[in-house]
Amino acid sequence: MRKDQNLGEYLRTQGVSRRGFLKFCSATASLMALPPSAVAQVAEALAAARRPSVIWLSFQECTGCTESLTRSHSPTVESLIFDAISLDYHHTLQAAAGHGAEAAREAAQEENKGKYILVVDGSIPLDNPAYSTIAGISNLDMLKASAKDCFAIVSVGTCAAFGGLPGANPNPTGAVAVSDIITDKPIINVSGCPPIPVVITGVLAHFLTFGTIPELDDLGRPAAFFGQNIHDRCYRRPFYERGQFAETFDDEGAKAGWCLYKLGCKGPITYNACATTKWNSGTSFPIESGHPCLGCSEPGFWDKGGFYEPLSTGRFDSGAKLAGAAVAGVALGAVAAASGRRRQAKYTKEG
Amino acid sequence: MDLLDFARGPALQWAAYILVAGTIWRIVGIVLLKEKPDFSEPRARGGLGAALKVIYTRSFTADPFKPATMYPKMLAYVMHLGLFAVVLLFVPHIMFFEGFLGFSWPGLPNNAIYVLGVAAVASGIALLVRRVTSPVLKLISNFDDYFSWLMTMLPMLTGLIMPLRFGVRYETLLAIHILSVAALMIWLPFGKLGHTFLVFITRGTTGMVFERRGAKT
Repeated sequence: MRKDQNLGEYLRTQGVSRRGFLKFCSATASLMALPPSAVAQVAEALAAARRPSVIWLSFQECTGCTESLTRSHSPTVESLIFDAISLDYHHTLQAAAGHGAEAAREAAQEENKGKYILVVDGSIPLDNPAYSTIAGISNLDMLKASAKDCFAIVSVGTCAAFGGLPGANPNPTGAVAVSDIITDKPIINVSGCPPIPVVITGVLAHFLTFGTIPELDDLGRPAAFFGQNIHDRCYRRPFYERGQFAETFDDEGAKAGWCLYKLGCKGPITYNACATTKWNSGTSFPIESGHPCLGCSEPGFWDKGGFYEPLSTGRFDSGAKLAGAAVAGVALGAVAAASGRRRQAKYTKEG
Repeated sequence: MDLLDFARGPALQWAAYILVAGTIWRIVGIVLLKEKPDFSEPRARGGLGAALKVIYTRSFTADPFKPATMYPKMLAYVMHLGLFAVVLLFVPHIMFFEGFLGFSWPGLPNNAIYVLGVAAVASGIALLVRRVTSPVLKLISNFDDYFSWLMTMLPMLTGLIMPLRFGVRYETLLAIHILSVAALMIWLPFGKLGHTFLVFITRGTTGMVFERRGAKT
């Protein structure tokens, strides 16, 4: 997309029909929980949108978030929207590297001061700056420098949003989330491991349409996408209510598509749009493929017990401590009985 | 550590320690007491058979008392059976027990549990209303009665509102539910809820003593 083109012109050059574009706008408005009357506004604003500058920083991450976006159901309107941003810096995708690339980033930041969107994937190590550097610049320094003049930050993936896998116990690098460092800029957490591509484009579409950040939940995530938990929207929910559960991955219950709660599904405590937007062009989502939800869009999901441990399981240590409590109970009971016997003897004597 | 992790972890763990230690303390403290001397001539042996007989017969109201006690007795049965079903036959609860017992048993569909749970709570409320409206019951009730009622009802109520949500997040409700269970576990050995584990011991003892004295049981 050329810099002088608006999004509408660009999409037409890519063969996207007006009907296809409006369909996308309707779906996006619906996903963002906007009323039907907002579709025209979304379409008008998106068609006229100029390329916003986006600087994408990748820190302690696995590139899964970028893979999720770039290898998603291309070439749909969503991916074209993604193409339509001016991605001025993304060290995984760009050809340039080293000081030249860093100079381009600094130039883009200077040129779009106060207007560019900073996308971050990956957590930031605080224990030692050398754990993760780009062109000799520590993640912490680069984040602070790039965040200084941005309009807003989009923390893509659970690592950037909440610390994710690098922050899991014992957190060897002292990994933290973007929001632990930057406190003076609006931050949109698009969590997930990886996040759903359409949620990213939905956030961008919202920004392009309204020039603002969407309504967020208490964890800083777009409420339109993270407002409901997987369990409430799961098509297997009726099996849960009927008490029909798969006991193993290959039993009759699993084959019949029964609820995966007993296999450790974290759907009830996971807020994401998987069950509604689904993945791979709306093909399915993990539960539909027969695997329990891991709860990947929630803070600390790596440390919430085993993935295959049912949600209602308590966290008890070894039985030895309970046995210790029992022994203590016997001792206390013996003392109480001895005291009671003394009182009994006294009353008997007096009586 | 978030609230749910705290509830599932340390809160439940300490509640379990206190429940086990407290329960054994109460039982051992009673069992080891010196038997009261009975100077009367024994009319019968007063053995285990007598104990089992009273454990059974006291589960039902004696004919002369039926008109007066049928209503609270029925409510108490509904409440106790509902409680039993909710605690032991709700599948997520069975999985909780399986977590430390190592075995499981069949459960009931959730909707059946909801019905039984609502019946149990309704019966509990009706029993409380009876307690506060009856002058005699009111006179003999103390803090223990009301607090034990609250400790029993809270896990039921917090469990029942989980499917309804009322705009509160599931994990928050689950954490509150588990914390209410932990509170119940902590209180259970020390108040009148101790009847959970003492009921059959006391009934059996009564049966043995009564038979020994020649009372009809």
